[in-house]
Amino acid sequence: MLSVLANDLPALQVVVPLVSAPLCLILARWPRIVWLLCLAASWTSLAIAIELLDQVLSGGTISYAMGGWAAPWGIEYRIDAVNAYVILIVTGIASVVMPYANQSVAKEIPADRVPLFYALLMLCLTGLLGMTITGDAFNVFVFLEISSLSMYGLISMGRDRRALTSAFQYLVMGTIGGTFILVGIGFLYVVTGTLNMADLAMRLPEVTQLRTLHTGFAFLVVGIGLKLAMFPLHLWLPNAYAYAPSTATAFIAATATKVAVYALLRFVFTVIGPVIAYQDLPFGEIAKVLAVLGLVTGSFVAIFQENVKRMLAYSSVAQIGYILLGIGLATVMGLTASMLHLFNHALIKGALFMAVGCLFYRTRSVRLDDLRGIGRKMPWSFGAFVIAGLSLIGVPLTAGFVSKWYLVQASLEVGQWPLAVLVLGGSLLAIIYIWRVVEIAWFGSPSTRAAEATEAPLGLLIPTWILVLANLYFGTHTGLTVGVANLAARTLAEGLR
Amino acid sequence: MRFLQLYNYEIAIFLAMVGLYIVVSSGNLVKKIAGLSMFQISVFILYISMGVVEGGTVPILIEGVQRYSNPLPHVLILTAIVVGVATTAVALSLVIRINEAYGTAEEDEIHEQDESF
Amino acid sequence: MLHHTVLRVVAKLLVPVILLFAFYVQFHGDYSPGGGFQAGVIFAAGIILYALIFGLDDTMQAVPPGVLKILSASGVLLYAGVGIETLLLGGNYLDYDFLAHEPTHGQHLGIFLVELGVGVTVASTMLLLYYAFAGREQGQ
Repeated sequence: MLSVLANDLPALQVVVPLVSAPLCLILARWPRIVWLLCLAASWTSLAIAIELLDQVLSGGTISYAMGGWAAPWGIEYRIDAVNAYVILIVTGIASVVMPYANQSVAKEIPADRVPLFYALLMLCLTGLLGMTITGDAFNVFVFLEISSLSMYGLISMGRDRRALTSAFQYLVMGTIGGTFILVGIGFLYVVTGTLNMADLAMRLPEVTQLRTLHTGFAFLVVGIGLKLAMFPLHLWLPNAYAYAPSTATAFIAATATKVAVYALLRFVFTVIGPVIAYQDLPFGEIAKVLAVLGLVTGSFVAIFQENVKRMLAYSSVAQIGYILLGIGLATVMGLTASMLHLFNHALIKGALFMAVGCLFYRTRSVRLDDLRGIGRKMPWSFGAFVIAGLSLIGVPLTAGFVSKWYLVQASLEVGQWPLAVLVLGGSLLAIIYIWRVVEIAWFGSPSTRAAEATEAPLGLLIPTWILVLANLYFGTHTGLTVGVANLAARTLAEGLR
Repeated sequence: MRFLQLYNYEIAIFLAMVGLYIVVSSGNLVKKIAGLSMFQISVFILYISMGVVEGGTVPILIEGVQRYSNPLPHVLILTAIVVGVATTAVALSLVIRINEAYGTAEEDEIHEQDESF
Repeated sequence: MLHHTVLRVVAKLLVPVILLFAFYVQFHGDYSPGGGFQAGVIFAAGIILYALIFGLDDTMQAVPPGVLKILSASGVLLYAGVGIETLLLGGNYLDYDFLAHEPTHGQHLGIFLVELGVGVTVASTMLLLYYAFAGREQGQ
């Protein structure tokens, strides 16, 4: 029976989490089974993702025709090194977050909503995977909305009432972004008459000078920019991350923006083509300027936050700046750095938000004042935070160092040393905001909340430390990440120059 | 006369601008949702306009008819309408919950309450 | 509500017709305009009309929200299940050709089942939305 399914892995990648979502509702009476089901679904997804990456690395691009309708007419799932790599990131994070969810969700979500929470989480995973795997431009929009709608629900389940307002704010901005993407795809369709990405890429060179195409591209960049929290469009992100339940924050922060970056890469490099984006239109300059602005302001604002989750959220805005900078450079080295940072930042932010979730599990607060002295009460949780924080700063031997190293090299390679200086400057700012937390949480005298706290349960600590150790592992064993990231970058850069 | 011939696109642009303006300018969350829906609907009109084939009829198989409008944009927009309905439902339910938690659906009053604690 | 005699009589006449029309749109969808989305919405509209006139409590007794939750999930499962069935029969996901011994027949069966799944989910979700909003004032 399994051999029958061997050729259908691309479909199963999306269908497995999709099926588990309604099952969560049907099995709602048995929350434990719901959790086990989600665990099994996310681990199966990871296994499929590993197998797919393996197949792509050995056999090249995989194309899968949905419903048996051949490519330009039907919906095609198309997997190359780029999206196999992103799928691995998303499913990997889901597989680590899901064991963590059990205890964290039981504590933070009212019992009657727990199955709904899991259903939304699985739908979110479905949407993100679908967005990544599909080779059809309109399908991207559909899956984007599936993931976004479930994210609004996930965020609104936070305990604080501000979770509701931040979910609403995200909904308004996210919908505008989604609609912009819809308009952009419409313009691409109207000049070519096709929605298949490979087909679009083939036909667009005939119409490069049309203003409709340029306008459509602008709509796409702004729409996706909203989703990936590109600097002036990031306003939804800090609140959404700060007030969502810990599990949701860890999952969304580590995956959602990454998939949006992937969508941007796919549209810029595969569909529109770098010639139009970088030579006819000033996409490279815009990306570089916004990246630098996001990098600097995100890091600066993070320093002044009183809420640790909000601080990490602003740091995410800065980190997206790094990723965008690599894209703006438009060299193989720059893209490699971006792809690497997609992976490494997912590990870093996943670990950081999970560590903060451990602290929150005991103290019921993420305000710096309340976390005073927590470090000595919960050494394992806080230790995880510190090591992941070092990785965020980019200390050698951690994953964060590898991607920043490549980014600095990429900037120097094209002779733009000010960018390299800015990258290092961003790291200095990261030292300040991470050190601020360490100083208060380790050296401060315990607050009333911290005094009562004990170490977080193993169910939370083990997944957190798996990610922390992954940070250290991928900081020293760069073969897999750099190898695949480089291959992905070269796949993207085929049309370059 | 070209301006008048493209009237459906102009309607789409007008609706999109009105919708966006309401989202930005209105302080009431329900009005924001109304604006958002309007913005989405303008895109529906844009897509349907794209699908028009001159002299074409509705894309349902009829005997003796040679030319049909392009059905694909219609199908796409059916999906987008469903997305729009879902978005509006989620947004409205969020507003109800916000109204219960804050006792108001006015943006400035919500901000005041959050600042104070 | 007793004095709305006209409304009650008209609704009693109309609701069955609306539901019947929903079934027509659903099951005739592969030959004429229609399908799961439209049929689901029409079906839900018929029941919402009933709820508007005869009150939410009566409607909830006839169509309990608990059942709707299960139905909305099982519609999606039916859809995905057809896809998985085609996989197991050796085709691609949702390739209806493999559902029956002969492709045309398979296409018929496939689109019928998938649209049924869509219809069930859309109808029950619309009703759940209505319950969630309309039941608010009474519940809280």
